[in-house]
Amino acid sequence: MDFLYAGSWDEALAAKAERPPAVPISGGTDLMVELNFDRRRPEALLDLNGVAELREWEQTDGVVRIGAAVPFTRIIGEIASLVPGLAIASRTVGSPQIRNRGTLGGQLGTASPAGDALPPLVSVDALVEVASVRGARTVAVGEFFTGPKRNVLEPDELIRAVRVPVADGPQQFAKVGTRNAMVISVCGFALSLHPSTGRVGTCIGSAGPTVLRALEAEQLLEAELADGGLWESRAALPQPLMLRFGELASQAAKPIDDVRGTANYRRHAVAVMARRTLGWAWQDYQGGRG
Amino acid sequence: MRITFEVNGTTQSADDVWPGESLLYVLRERLGLPGTKNACEQGECGSCSIYLDGTLVCACLVAAPQAHGREVRTVESFAGADGLDPVQQAFIDCGAVQCGFCTPGLILATDDLLARNPQPADAEIREALAGNLCRCTGYEKILDAVRLASARRVAGGDEPS
Repeated sequence: MDFLYAGSWDEALAAKAERPPAVPISGGTDLMVELNFDRRRPEALLDLNGVAELREWEQTDGVVRIGAAVPFTRIIGEIASLVPGLAIASRTVGSPQIRNRGTLGGQLGTASPAGDALPPLVSVDALVEVASVRGARTVAVGEFFTGPKRNVLEPDELIRAVRVPVADGPQQFAKVGTRNAMVISVCGFALSLHPSTGRVGTCIGSAGPTVLRALEAEQLLEAELADGGLWESRAALPQPLMLRFGELASQAAKPIDDVRGTANYRRHAVAVMARRTLGWAWQDYQGGRG
Repeated sequence: MRITFEVNGTTQSADDVWPGESLLYVLRERLGLPGTKNACEQGECGSCSIYLDGTLVCACLVAAPQAHGREVRTVESFAGADGLDPVQQAFIDCGAVQCGFCTPGLILATDDLLARNPQPADAEIREALAGNLCRCTGYEKILDAVRLASARRVAGGDEPS
């Protein structure tokens, strides 16, 4: 195995083009487990710790551009007010030690449906910037994953940054796990409300081959909020609407039975989390936030 | 490959490092610093917690070559000529050490917490130590030790409990 250092983004792209099988490593919180347990032996590692621009974030024109190697601790500490859903979810990742090292680029690259930061990114229509020596392109996070542990990256491409719209309304995230810290998600749910456009965003985590948007639930809620004049009145949401929202979210899940939970349990939990996150987000909205 | 980095204030080198080797392995097996413990090797237990450039991390999840040219601080740096570090002393005074295997990681995690937040609330202590498993104490004595270390730190002295 070779170890390749990159001192700049251009060096990293050149190294990846020259050695496409080289696996990029930043925080190492996923990859090093596979190496420690002999599950994977890549022919080379490409270290991105020397690429300073990957650890920067900037806010321009209503968008936060988060470098692929900004660790979760900094997302929570520095930009929670701009991207609250992502910050809530980031706080549920691993432990302080893991959040100090783990990154969005890692969760996108690993492409596990249990990546906790992924549902909030999909629910707000974030974009992934990827690049190679051939050029750069952006991919909607919702179209980035092609299956469990699979994504649209070409062999010579690296993830540069994620562009997340600054929140224009309440955002929530919920996750079920066996305890309140340090757990891989059994399933999760992200919700974003966008009062200025009447949009509702959702995404289910860890209950399907990829994270999944709950389109019918979004459409139901958008229609009911508009038809009932609820965005303007900020009146209490009818209980049947909240229950129906949960049911439709549950129907969008495609869970399997595995060691962390059964498919039936996940379907049930997604319905409960969808209903609860909607309740919390609407309370935020009634309280004047957004 | 050869990697060189600063460990507890001294520049050290390790030779014949396999590129996929963990920093934990280099510290324990190549540099003779066994205070940092090796248990789960997957970031679940916190026993291998160290500072890498001042950031609390699991040494088992850092590829050793990533530490090249950087600063590492381990539990071996805590006790000095004038005795134990106040966090270590608080763990002893509160009976927070039983088998002792998790203790180095917890000392580091506590030190990191108190540096950021000298007077943490109980919920903040629990969240900060959530990545460090102890199978002996049931955690209550550990929480006591963190509270004591915090109180002494704020009082600016090491008066006995």
